[in-house]
Amino acid sequence: MSAPVTRTPHEGLGLDGTDLVAIYRTLLTARLLDEAALRQNRMGRAPFVVPVAGHEGCQVGTAWAMRRGTDIWLPYYRDVGVVLAAGVTPYEIFLGVFAKADDPASGGRQMPSHWGSRRLGIITGSSPIATQVPHAAGIAYAARLRGDDTVVGCWFGDGATSEGDWHEGLNFAAVHRLPVIFVCENNHYAISVPQSMQMAVADVADRAAGYGFPGVVVDGNDVLACYAAMRTAHERARAGEGPTLIECKTYRYLPHTSDDDDKSYRSREEVEEARHHDAIDAFAAYLRTHGVLDDDRDETIRQEVRAEIEQAIAAAWEAADPDPATLSRHVFEERT
Amino acid sequence: MTRKNLLTAVRDALHDEMAQDERIVLLGEDVGARGGVFRLSDGWLEEFGPERVIDTPLAESGLVGVAIGMALHGLLPVAEIQFADFIHPAYDQIVSEAARIRYRSNGDFACPLVIRTPCGGGVHGALYHSQSIEATYAHVPGLKVVMPSTPADAAGLLRSALRDPDPVLFLEHKRAYRAVTGDVPDDYATTPIGRADVKRGGTDLSVITYGYEVHRCLEAAERLDADGVSAEVVDVRTLAPLDVETILASVRRTSKAIVVYEDNRTYGAGAEIAATIAEHAFDDLDAAVVRIGGPDVPAMPFASPLEHAFLEPAPDRLFHAMRDLAAA
Repeated sequence: MSAPVTRTPHEGLGLDGTDLVAIYRTLLTARLLDEAALRQNRMGRAPFVVPVAGHEGCQVGTAWAMRRGTDIWLPYYRDVGVVLAAGVTPYEIFLGVFAKADDPASGGRQMPSHWGSRRLGIITGSSPIATQVPHAAGIAYAARLRGDDTVVGCWFGDGATSEGDWHEGLNFAAVHRLPVIFVCENNHYAISVPQSMQMAVADVADRAAGYGFPGVVVDGNDVLACYAAMRTAHERARAGEGPTLIECKTYRYLPHTSDDDDKSYRSREEVEEARHHDAIDAFAAYLRTHGVLDDDRDETIRQEVRAEIEQAIAAAWEAADPDPATLSRHVFEERT
Repeated sequence: MTRKNLLTAVRDALHDEMAQDERIVLLGEDVGARGGVFRLSDGWLEEFGPERVIDTPLAESGLVGVAIGMALHGLLPVAEIQFADFIHPAYDQIVSEAARIRYRSNGDFACPLVIRTPCGGGVHGALYHSQSIEATYAHVPGLKVVMPSTPADAAGLLRSALRDPDPVLFLEHKRAYRAVTGDVPDDYATTPIGRADVKRGGTDLSVITYGYEVHRCLEAAERLDADGVSAEVVDVRTLAPLDVETILASVRRTSKAIVVYEDNRTYGAGAEIAATIAEHAFDDLDAAVVRIGGPDVPAMPFASPLEHAFLEPAPDRLFHAMRDLAAA
């Protein structure tokens, strides 16, 4: 018997220590940015924010398998981790939180967390649920017709899977075997409606069989498992093998938005229990086990992230508001 | 110039544009192997290939949503909704998405999409193959709504729609498809979106109309000549953005206005046009603006007497309304 090849899980996925630290930093940025945004809301400086806490692991894990500059991203409103991985900065996010003129997503027109950046390949999103799913299919169709080496990533929650557009988008992608990956961040609630009232199946991923492509379930708190599933789906997409549905089992620690009160529909015990399975804690432990992180390094990274967020908030707060005179701009193309 | 009906004019224009610009794709239900239920794309599946002539699943919201995605990634999609009556599932994609993409992204994204659909009644289409949908969509900022009445306008406006950087809802009156013929330029002439057209000059009253009603109004205007009444017929052509200038210029010349449309009367395009005239040309008017629209019933019925009663509730209704206004 030959000695087993001793490769760590991350090495098996082509990730080195530098990658792991970058992933960790992104996870922390999403978490600490979320806490900071909620503080801004409670201070009365941000009228509305969308929490992310609990979802970071599956967001960053899946997004990390995408290629900046080549791939196209269709996140939904909770996807702080996805857009950070795509290249959006905390400063840009807080320009949106404070609805400033330079907010790259909408110039302060949309609520915060309605992402968009043509430069980064993040498609502008709206509030109606699942409308981006057919867009993802159409973009993937266009990419293939044009001969682009583009993979399209499309993220949504469990609630989205009840929408007709979700079905229609997945079905079209399936018929044409398009290079698109559908990622469901299943936190088991559509605002207050529990999964049991949304669907009669335990796994959203089961639905993929009805379209004729693979559906996989992953632990959304296992960052590397999310990355691995996305990486496989990405390879399938590039090889012309069509779409994949990835269901990440996750949990939202905070209310749906700053205007929601989740105490009316979830027990505190349930929320507390979920916090014991935190993706960031688990990932930090993994890094420590593999000698990539220790207390000093962790504290340094946290301080750097906090400093970046504080600077982002301070700068974004001071940035210019939109000019009222621009209200009527960009209804149609402005011809000069 | 070649004489052709409106259906052929649309077909030829779209065909020529697809041959010229490979970014244009046609997608819809039955547009491929069947060549469209009106045979508009007959033979195109073979000519342009299944990548550019796409038979979609029977799902209008997804069809428009997919087309939006294509528009966001470098293609120029033409989404065909088989009948305007079936466009409603796509309302969210058209209104919340296509029409708002430029505005909501502060000009970062554009959605150059054409949605074509046959609309209107008078062909025994009953409740769900006869609807007029223009008012619903003309209300939506960010969306252009076009409805040609002649083959030349149909060809020219479709070419403009395909060159437009924003979403255009292109409405084709299905009765006009074969009932209306006219000369169409053989070149790639475009007709500007947002520009009305005086189809018949006159001095006694202005008839503001669009779609198939243009032809009913022109017919009534010809007959009024014998009574010594000179009616000007303005074809709006584009419901949104509305060419206020041309409409007001006509009304100021004649001092009388009647607005005619097939859609049911209440909250229709006529309300917007009449209000615009009242706001800007009140002092020029010698009589109150008259509005003639379809009855406020949910839709046009199938049985011939009922369908006729929808379109022509009283004998020579238009003729009499125009003559009465001229005499007022």
